[in-house]
Amino acid sequence: MTNSLVTMSYIAATVLFILSLSGLSHQETARKGNYYGMLGMAIAIIATTLSPSVNSYIVLILALLIGGFIGSKAAIKVEMTQMPELVAIMHSLVGMAAVLVGYANFMDGSSTLSGAEKSIHEGEIYIGVLIGAITFSGSVIAFGKLSGKIDGKPLLLPARHWLNLALLILTVLLGRWFLHQAEADGGTFPLLLMTIIALAFGVHMVMAIGGADMPVVVSMLNSYSGWAAAATGFMLSNDLLIVTGALVGSSGAILSYIMCRAMNRNFISVIAGGFGTGSSGEAAVVEGDVTPISAEETAQLLHASKNIMIIPGYGMAVAQAQHTVNEITKLLREKGKKVRFGIHPVAGRMPGHMNVLLAEAKVPYDIVFEMEEINEDFPNVDVTLVIGANDIVNPSALSDPNSPIAGMPVLECWKGETTIAMKRSMASGYAGVGNPLFVLENTRMLFGDANDTLQAVLKALKG
Amino acid sequence: MKIGVPKEIHEGEKRVAATPEAAEKIIKLGFDISIESGAGDAADISDAAYKAVGCKIVKSAKTLWSQADIVMKVRPPAQHPKLAVEEVELLSKGATLISFIWPAQNEGLMQQLAAKNATVLAMDSVPRMSRAQKLDALSSMANIAGYRAIIEAAQHFGRFFTGQITAAGKIPPAKVLVIGAGVAGLAAIGTAKGMGAIVRAFDTRPEVKEQIESMDAEFLMLDFKEEGSGTGGYAKTMSKEFIEAEMALFAQQAQEVDIIVTTALIPGKPAPKLITKAMVQSMKPGSVVVDLAAEQGGNCELTEKDQVVVKHGVTIIGYTNLPSRLANQSSQLYATNLRHLLTDLCPEKNGVINVNMEDEVIRGATVIKEGKITWPPPPPKLSAATPTQTAAATANAPIKVKKSYIPAVVKPFMPLVLGGLALYFVGSGAPASFMSHFTVFVLACFIGYQVIWNVSPSLHTPLMSVTNAISGIIVIGALVQVSGKGFMITVLAGLAILIASINIAGGFLVTRRMLEMFRK
Repeated sequence: MTNSLVTMSYIAATVLFILSLSGLSHQETARKGNYYGMLGMAIAIIATTLSPSVNSYIVLILALLIGGFIGSKAAIKVEMTQMPELVAIMHSLVGMAAVLVGYANFMDGSSTLSGAEKSIHEGEIYIGVLIGAITFSGSVIAFGKLSGKIDGKPLLLPARHWLNLALLILTVLLGRWFLHQAEADGGTFPLLLMTIIALAFGVHMVMAIGGADMPVVVSMLNSYSGWAAAATGFMLSNDLLIVTGALVGSSGAILSYIMCRAMNRNFISVIAGGFGTGSSGEAAVVEGDVTPISAEETAQLLHASKNIMIIPGYGMAVAQAQHTVNEITKLLREKGKKVRFGIHPVAGRMPGHMNVLLAEAKVPYDIVFEMEEINEDFPNVDVTLVIGANDIVNPSALSDPNSPIAGMPVLECWKGETTIAMKRSMASGYAGVGNPLFVLENTRMLFGDANDTLQAVLKALKG
Repeated sequence: MKIGVPKEIHEGEKRVAATPEAAEKIIKLGFDISIESGAGDAADISDAAYKAVGCKIVKSAKTLWSQADIVMKVRPPAQHPKLAVEEVELLSKGATLISFIWPAQNEGLMQQLAAKNATVLAMDSVPRMSRAQKLDALSSMANIAGYRAIIEAAQHFGRFFTGQITAAGKIPPAKVLVIGAGVAGLAAIGTAKGMGAIVRAFDTRPEVKEQIESMDAEFLMLDFKEEGSGTGGYAKTMSKEFIEAEMALFAQQAQEVDIIVTTALIPGKPAPKLITKAMVQSMKPGSVVVDLAAEQGGNCELTEKDQVVVKHGVTIIGYTNLPSRLANQSSQLYATNLRHLLTDLCPEKNGVINVNMEDEVIRGATVIKEGKITWPPPPPKLSAATPTQTAAATANAPIKVKKSYIPAVVKPFMPLVLGGLALYFVGSGAPASFMSHFTVFVLACFIGYQVIWNVSPSLHTPLMSVTNAISGIIVIGALVQVSGKGFMITVLAGLAILIASINIAGGFLVTRRMLEMFRK
C-alpha cells in the first residue's frame, strides 16, 4: 500500500471516529456510532499493517490477537457496576502504551531530523512519556479506589501543594537536561528519572482526591489518555493519532467540566484534592429527629401515590439493587402510576454511571431524566424514593452558604409531598456533610441494605 | 421546669394540650409534666396512659396551676365553672402560658395576664413561614376542621357523595363547592374528593389554582384581573367590582351544587358575607352549607353560631368547634405543635425555656413577655405568599463571593490573551512541519468540543468507553515501530500493541454491550 493510500485510509478513519462520537448524541444513533468507531479502527490498523514501514508481522499479529482476546474477555465478563473500574484500568493501559511507544521511539535512532526539528521531536517524546506516565499511575490508583482496593478517603499529605509544585519544577528542569543530553544522543537517565517522578505525581494526585470526586478524576484521566495519544501523534508525525487524541482529550475535558459544574466545584480545587477547604464559616450542624418507615408502609405510600420519582445514587450500585428497582418500577407502572427517574450528573462514580445501571436492569430510558429536566417538577411529585444517595439531595447545598457543598445543584426532592430516603445508616455522604433532608418533616427514613429493603417493598407491593 | 396541663373548661371542648406521645418527648427535653386528672378523658386518653410515660397526675386544678412554671392549654383562660374563679388568677406570678389567646379579640385577658407578670405564647400568633410550619397550630386545626366539615355535611346530606350505577338505578355524585382554598379548604376538597364527590373550589388568590387542581378539583375561574393575596399567605379584601363578579359566580353555583363549604376569612375583620339569603333559597332542598367562618360572623347570612339550622330546606351548619369534634386527632396534632414549640424554646434540652426574642418564630408567638405586652409583632420578613421572592432568595444565597485578584473587566479576555500568547510563542519558535501538525491538532480539538457537547448525558459512560477504545489508536504508533531496528524496540512496541489492543477490543465491545441495554 502506498503512503498516499495509507494517508487516505487515515482520513477515512478520522471521519469515522468523529461520526462515532457524534452518533452518541442520541440513544437511537449510538449503536451505529459504535460500529463507525470499530470500522474506523479496523481501517486504521489494516492500513498501517499494510503500509511500507511495517515488515515483521509475527510479533504484530500475535500481540494484536492476545490483546484482542484479553480485551474481549474483559468486556464480556465485566459487571455493569464495575464499569468505572474497567474504564479506569483501560485509561491506564493507554497511558502505559504511550510510555512504551515513547521509549521505543526514543531508542529508535533511525530518524534523520536535526536542529530545531530534532529538539522539538525530543521534546515531544518527553511530553508524551510524561503524560502517559501520569495517566498510567493515576488510573491505576483510581482503579484501586473505585474497586475498593485502596481506601476512598482522600490522602492529604502535609504541604501537598508545594510537593506538587516541586515535582513540576523538577520535571521542567529534567526536561532541559534531557534535551541537552539528547543533542549528543544520550538522555536515557533523565528520561527514566522523569518517568519515575511522573508516576509518583500521578499516584499522589489521585490519592488526594475523595470518593465523591471520582467522576471528575475518571473523566480527567480520560482526557489525559487522549492527550497522551495526541502527544504520541506529534512524536510520530502522525495526523490520525493527533486528531484522535485531540478528540478524546477534549471529550474528557468537557466531561470533567460538566462534572465539576454539577458539583459547583472548581476544576483546580478538585485536582488539588481535599474537600471543603474553601468554606469560610462553620457549616450549620444538622439537628432533629429522623422519622423511620418500614418497607410495608413504604409500599402503602407508593400504592397511594400517583406521581413517583426515584433518585438512585451510588448506594444502589453498591447494593446491586437496580434489578429490584426495575421490578418495582414495572409493577407501579402496571398499576397506572407515573414513575420517573431523576439522575444527578455526579450520581455514582463516573459520568452516566446510573444510566448504565438502569439500562442494564432494562428500565426504559425514556423515563430516565437528567436533573435539569426534572428539578422543577418536584412539587408535583407524591413520593420520591431516594436510593442510596446523599449529597446530591442535600438541601444545605442551596440554603447554607457555609456548607462545603454550597452552590452545588441538587435534586430538590424535598419540594415533593413525601421523600423516602433509603440508607444503610445515618452516616454522612462522601463529602462528610450532614444532610438536613433526613430530618425534614416530610422525609421518612428506610434503613437497611438497599436491595434487601427494596425486595421487601416489592413483596409488600405484590401482596 | 414544671409543665402543667389542665383539663379544658370551655363547654364542649374535648381537646387536651398534651398526649402521652408528646409528653414522653417533652419529658426527654428535661421537663416535668403534671396533668390534671381526667384532662384527656374527652379525647379518649386515660390518666393511666399519661402515667405510663412518666407524667404526674394531679387531682385538683388549683394545685396544678399553682405548681406549674409553664401551663399548656388549648382555649384561652376563662372563668372556671367549678372553682368560680378566673383561670388567670390561678396562674402563679411570672409563669409562662402557652395556648390559643386571640390577642386582638381578648384585650381584657391580655391586660389580666400582663398584670400577672406572665410570659404568654399564643399559638394563634405563630408566624406563617416555612420554618414555623411544624408548630403552626392554626394550620393543623384548620386541616381537621376542613375534614370534619365534610363529615358533618355528609351526615346532614341525604344522599351519597359518590356516583353509582346500581340495579336500582343511577345515583349522581354530589357536587361540592369549597370557597376559600386555605388549609381548611384544601382539606375539605381532599376529603370530599376522597368520598367521590365532584369538587369545585374558588379562591381570590390565583396562586392556589395549582394546589386545587393538584387535588383533582376544578378551580372556578373568575374572568377578572385582581390579585387577592395579602401578606402572610392570607387573602385581603377585594374591590367592589370583584366582589360583584364573585357573587354572581356563587349565585350561579348555588343552584347547581349540593354542598357548599365556606372558609373565607380575612384576618382581623368580620368574615365576608358570600352566601346570601337569596342564594340559599335558590339551592336544592336537602342541600347543606357548612360555614367554617361562623366564629367571625359567618360567610353565609343565615348562619347561626354553634348551631345547625334548617332554612328554606337547606341545612346550615355553624359549628365553631369542629376540631374538638375530632378530639383525639386534634389533641395529637396540637400536642405535637406544642412539643415543637418547646423544642425551639429549649435548644439546650435542659428543661429550661429561653424566650429568645431574636428568633423570628418565637418573637411572633410571644404576645406577653414578663408582663410586657409585645403584641403585635413586627411584620415577618418572609411571606408565604411571595414564593417567587423566596425562591429567588434561596437561589441567590449560595453564590459565594470568590476572592479574585483579576479585575472583572479583564477576566473574560484572559483566556483569549493567554491563548494568543501561547500561540505566539509556539509560532515564533516552531518549524513548518510542526505547524502543520499543530493546525490539525487545534482543529481537532474544536471538532471534539463541538461534537461532545451534543452527547446525551445518559450516554456519558458509553462515551467514556468508546473514547477509551478510540484512544487505543495509539496502537498505530506501536505498529509503525514494531519493525524498527533493535530487539528492545520490537519488545516495547509489541507490548504496546498488546496493551492497546486490549483497549480497542475491550472498549468497543463493552460499549456495544452497554448500548444494547438502552431500550425504550
